[in-house]
Amino acid sequence: MTFTIALAGNPNCGKTTLFNALTGSSQRVGNWPGVTIDKKVGKIKGADAELVDLPGIYSLSPYSPEEIVSRDFIVNEKPDAIINIVDATNLERNMYLTMQIIDMGIPMVLAMNMMDEVERRGDHIDIEFISKSLGVPVIPISAAKKENIDKLVETVVDVAQNRKCPPDVIYDDSVEATVQAAKKALEGKVPAENLRFYAFKLVDGDPLVNEQFPGVRDSIKEEIDALEKEHDDLADSIIADCRYTRIVEIVHQAITKAPVDERGSLSDRIDRIVTHKIVGIPIFIAVIAVVYFLALYDGPLMTSPGAYATGWLNDWFDQLGQDVGQWCTDNGVSEITSGILVNGIMAGVGAVLGFLPQMAIMFTCLIILEEVGYMARVAFVMDRIFRYFNLSGKSFIPLLVGTGCGVPGVMSSRTIESESDRRITAMTVTFMPCSAKLPIISAIAGALAGNMWVAVYAYFMGMVLVILSGIVLKKFQKLSGNPAPFIMELPPYHVPKVYGVLKGIFDRCWSFVKKAFTVVLLASVIVWFLCHFDFTLTYLDSDTQMGDSILATLGRCLAYVFVPLGWGDSWELAASTFTGLMAKENIVATLGIVLVGDSEAAISSVSEALANLLGNNAAVLSFFSFNIFCAPCVAAIGAIHRELGDWKSTGLAVLYQCTVSYLIAIIVYAVYGSFLGVDIAWYSYVLAVISVVVLVYVLIAKDPFRQKGGVKS
Amino acid sequence: MHTLKDIPIGGSARVKKLYGEGAVRRHIMDMGITKGVDIQVRKVAPLGDPIEITVRGYQLTLRKADAELIEVERSVQEAPNDIHDSTCRKPQLW
Repeated sequence: MTFTIALAGNPNCGKTTLFNALTGSSQRVGNWPGVTIDKKVGKIKGADAELVDLPGIYSLSPYSPEEIVSRDFIVNEKPDAIINIVDATNLERNMYLTMQIIDMGIPMVLAMNMMDEVERRGDHIDIEFISKSLGVPVIPISAAKKENIDKLVETVVDVAQNRKCPPDVIYDDSVEATVQAAKKALEGKVPAENLRFYAFKLVDGDPLVNEQFPGVRDSIKEEIDALEKEHDDLADSIIADCRYTRIVEIVHQAITKAPVDERGSLSDRIDRIVTHKIVGIPIFIAVIAVVYFLALYDGPLMTSPGAYATGWLNDWFDQLGQDVGQWCTDNGVSEITSGILVNGIMAGVGAVLGFLPQMAIMFTCLIILEEVGYMARVAFVMDRIFRYFNLSGKSFIPLLVGTGCGVPGVMSSRTIESESDRRITAMTVTFMPCSAKLPIISAIAGALAGNMWVAVYAYFMGMVLVILSGIVLKKFQKLSGNPAPFIMELPPYHVPKVYGVLKGIFDRCWSFVKKAFTVVLLASVIVWFLCHFDFTLTYLDSDTQMGDSILATLGRCLAYVFVPLGWGDSWELAASTFTGLMAKENIVATLGIVLVGDSEAAISSVSEALANLLGNNAAVLSFFSFNIFCAPCVAAIGAIHRELGDWKSTGLAVLYQCTVSYLIAIIVYAVYGSFLGVDIAWYSYVLAVISVVVLVYVLIAKDPFRQKGGVKS
Repeated sequence: MHTLKDIPIGGSARVKKLYGEGAVRRHIMDMGITKGVDIQVRKVAPLGDPIEITVRGYQLTLRKADAELIEVERSVQEAPNDIHDSTCRKPQLW
């Protein structure tokens, strides 16, 4: 029979390393149902058992999705055994989770990790004593050095086979009396083996348990009151207290400490510099600059390796496209087939895949910073600024990455601990103009004959929108999820594991490649089809016939929406906005085709055509504002979907982005238009005023989305 | 009444009581800040908030607003159960 084993432990205790050591390469990564937390499953080497990696948690409380997922898995799926990994250098806090897992009444083994580090410090831990005190087998291991892993596997199989459940940990009499009453009240309502866990949670006042069994806590109110009176404290605090007291009793007897280094550990010394009052922020800026110059920068100073490699790969894809096109012509492949292959699939997928080298470098930097422990310090140093926008200090990194490409930008939001910060960051990253938007920035700059300011406007406005969105989205809890308190461990610095870093880079790049070949490929084919066929499904063989295509018709319908924005009279602009969904550089390419008659048209001629078509700068700026801030390309939407977890939230996020860009565009049109003396229709003015009112209202009002119960802050 | 927020950098204190509710309160307790535990305030972030503390032998950061929920009693002498850290001293510049 195949056993199911769960792996549980705190964040930063080496859980991922142990998971990799136990399962080798037999891993499947998926999502836990309903949340965007990776669920990893693998087969344990040398045993007939499957290992499920629970998210890193400090407790089995009901406040974070990680904790809820772990609880539900243990209660509902009933694993045959649990491996609880603890960091031996930080036993007190790590064992708090252990005490709660023991209450679950499931066979378990304690894997005491980082024993090599304990020995290096000259400390000694009496493993035997801890094992006896808890009644649970304790195996000292080093996951990084793969020490004692076989013994761990052997022991976990043994406890699973013989159903060796840990004995209850008995706390002081008054607590036990109350828990006893709770057990009685819950008897028959919950699985017998989890009874003690539920009893503790009931006394704790756990909202999920209260919801599941309404009124039960009231029935033992007398006992709880007596407990609280005796300890002069609240029940939840008394329970946390008695757990920690017991842990301290055990740990202090089991550990013999070597004298500590007077100067503090190396980690402390590094930390003193990195989070220093004066140099802390300059160091942060320097680190960011290094990342930027390695992966993103491309300008007069230099070309970063990332930008160089991406440029090279893009050229290679272009060349490949041309060669394949040539080959098709030479070998008499039909024009439709070669068009769909070269201009549809290869152009679309190539445009996205071209970013791969840049992403690989980007992720190498970010994963190393994360593994070293620096990212936690970034949150510490930057929190003061970002909290005002309801973002994490760590949000800075995704936003910066987003100026290169929105896809890795959205993906790098995953390192943010708080669910709410993570979701808001993922939804707002694409407001930062990515490098695919550079052609349209130059085209508009040309059309406005005011070069520099267009770029400044784009980046500045992007930042403003990110900041304002943080404030607005926080109020929209359906989208942003529950806010988490900022109470965060600052783990000691350590040298990253090469295997872990490489695996991290590979996993993220692979998910990017998969996106290119699924979502992007499909979108590319659809857009190509819309551009080259009319409604009778006749193939339009030349670019100049695009006016008859399905896309043009769609553009004509869509254009009405943009009439108040001052650029709804021409289907070309609406159609180019639509093709921008595939990849943002398409906007200028489409304008080149439909306005100038050449997809490779110089940007300056596109600028000129655009300025002539619209006739006034206010409309040009309004067109620009909408296009640069509206829904991102499908690849980025795919990335947002992965971070938000479901299509409904993703749809709402995209709708939010489009609405915001629409409101901004109409305000820009009305204000700038009046300033220039452009003849603006009355309804544009009305809509502009409404837009301002709406924006101010959602910014100021406490609960603008009328959610039940309001917003908890 | 003193709260953790009032403790200067380098100072230590013993926790008396926790206030607050919901996720914040729960999380404070889960991270090991419970009645009777000794805390040392190590440093404050460059912009004045949040603070970094040592509790139960590891480093934790929390905002001053949340530190206000933790009622403490200033310790006169250095914390006795400091596990593997020598940070009761005033932090040096480097």
